[in-house]
Amino acid sequence: MSQKQKMDLNSAEHNAQVVDTARRRFLGQAAGATAVIAPGITLMTIANAEASSEGASSAKRWGMLIDTNRCEEGCKDCVIACQQENGWGIGSTDESLSNSRQKAQWIRTVTVRDTDTGHTNQLPMMCQHCEHPPCVDVCPTGASMKRADGIVLVDKHICIGCRYCMMACPYKARSFIHESMHDQKSHAPRGKGTVESCTMCVHRVDRGDQPACVESCDKGAMMFGDLNDPNSEISKKLATVSSTQIRADLGTSPGVRYSGI
Amino acid sequence: MVLSKKLKQRVGILAVVFTALMGFGSAALSDNHERAIGANAGDACVKDTSWMRRNHMELLKHDRDRTLRQGIRSVEGSIKGCVDCHANKDEQGHFISVNAEGEFCSGCHSYTAVSLDCFECHATKPDTQSTTARTAK
Repeated sequence: MSQKQKMDLNSAEHNAQVVDTARRRFLGQAAGATAVIAPGITLMTIANAEASSEGASSAKRWGMLIDTNRCEEGCKDCVIACQQENGWGIGSTDESLSNSRQKAQWIRTVTVRDTDTGHTNQLPMMCQHCEHPPCVDVCPTGASMKRADGIVLVDKHICIGCRYCMMACPYKARSFIHESMHDQKSHAPRGKGTVESCTMCVHRVDRGDQPACVESCDKGAMMFGDLNDPNSEISKKLATVSSTQIRADLGTSPGVRYSGI
Repeated sequence: MVLSKKLKQRVGILAVVFTALMGFGSAALSDNHERAIGANAGDACVKDTSWMRRNHMELLKHDRDRTLRQGIRSVEGSIKGCVDCHANKDEQGHFISVNAEGEFCSGCHSYTAVSLDCFECHATKPDTQSTTARTAK
């Protein structure tokens, strides 16, 4: 992140706090004697995930905030990072028999255009990790599931490959594997006849790291964190900037929010 | 009364034959294991070898659900752990898939004619430096 971007961000934070004095008082009390707020808040922060033996807890709700104004048109860093981390696309030698419409797509970039003004925005689109996921509702076997911390996954042990979840997902976030796999990553099993999608890099989150896409975005357009924790960077940011859920009208309450669209 | 005595005898004979067969099976299995125990395998598995030989699938089945559904990653039964220890290396020092012919997993599974579905999805080799390097941007 450039110095200018950091400064812009800091001034945005500052303005918001001047306006919202009640929030500042609350945060001041929450921070206690140290009262260190604001300076140096950036979009690139480490979430306080704990790699514990207790597992996923509903005390947390993992989510993302995507600043589409910072997402540069043509940039595919997040997509490439996901492919290499999870072993699909260019990260794998598999799926050589599938055509481009069949191949897995855990994350993609989408360009949205305001038809009135012609203004365009690029944004990354992947599993939105809904609070009320339609894919889980429709799954006949219980393979499509949501963890206590809000991460939506496919249990491939019991997935029968019916692809009902792919039909139900309003975000077209899921893919089906059409052929035998041989070149998987040990942390991202993939197999013929099962459905898959973004896992929010659950293997990284469980050990306290950020998802690969968030880490790869040097524009600072992606932020990851705990939406349930009012003191997390993402919650603070969400309280100060206007953000939207895509297809909020469907009531799925996605864990991934977008600002600037 | 006489009939049940005969029955008991027959059951006894069957039991003896069965035990002998089982013994033969175990001997054959242990031969296999000595050939392909794995490059990184130490002296002992997470549980006693004879227990693992019969019950590893139960351990994996329960712990896979704990890991995937509850996010509990500090489990005994990790298939990644199986592969990390039990994959052998060829002469060039490259890992061989654990489900390749005669290797640790497939050795027993083909002997016992039990299909091995884990590796339809799971990686068959440990993550090596080269795969890690590929993930670097």
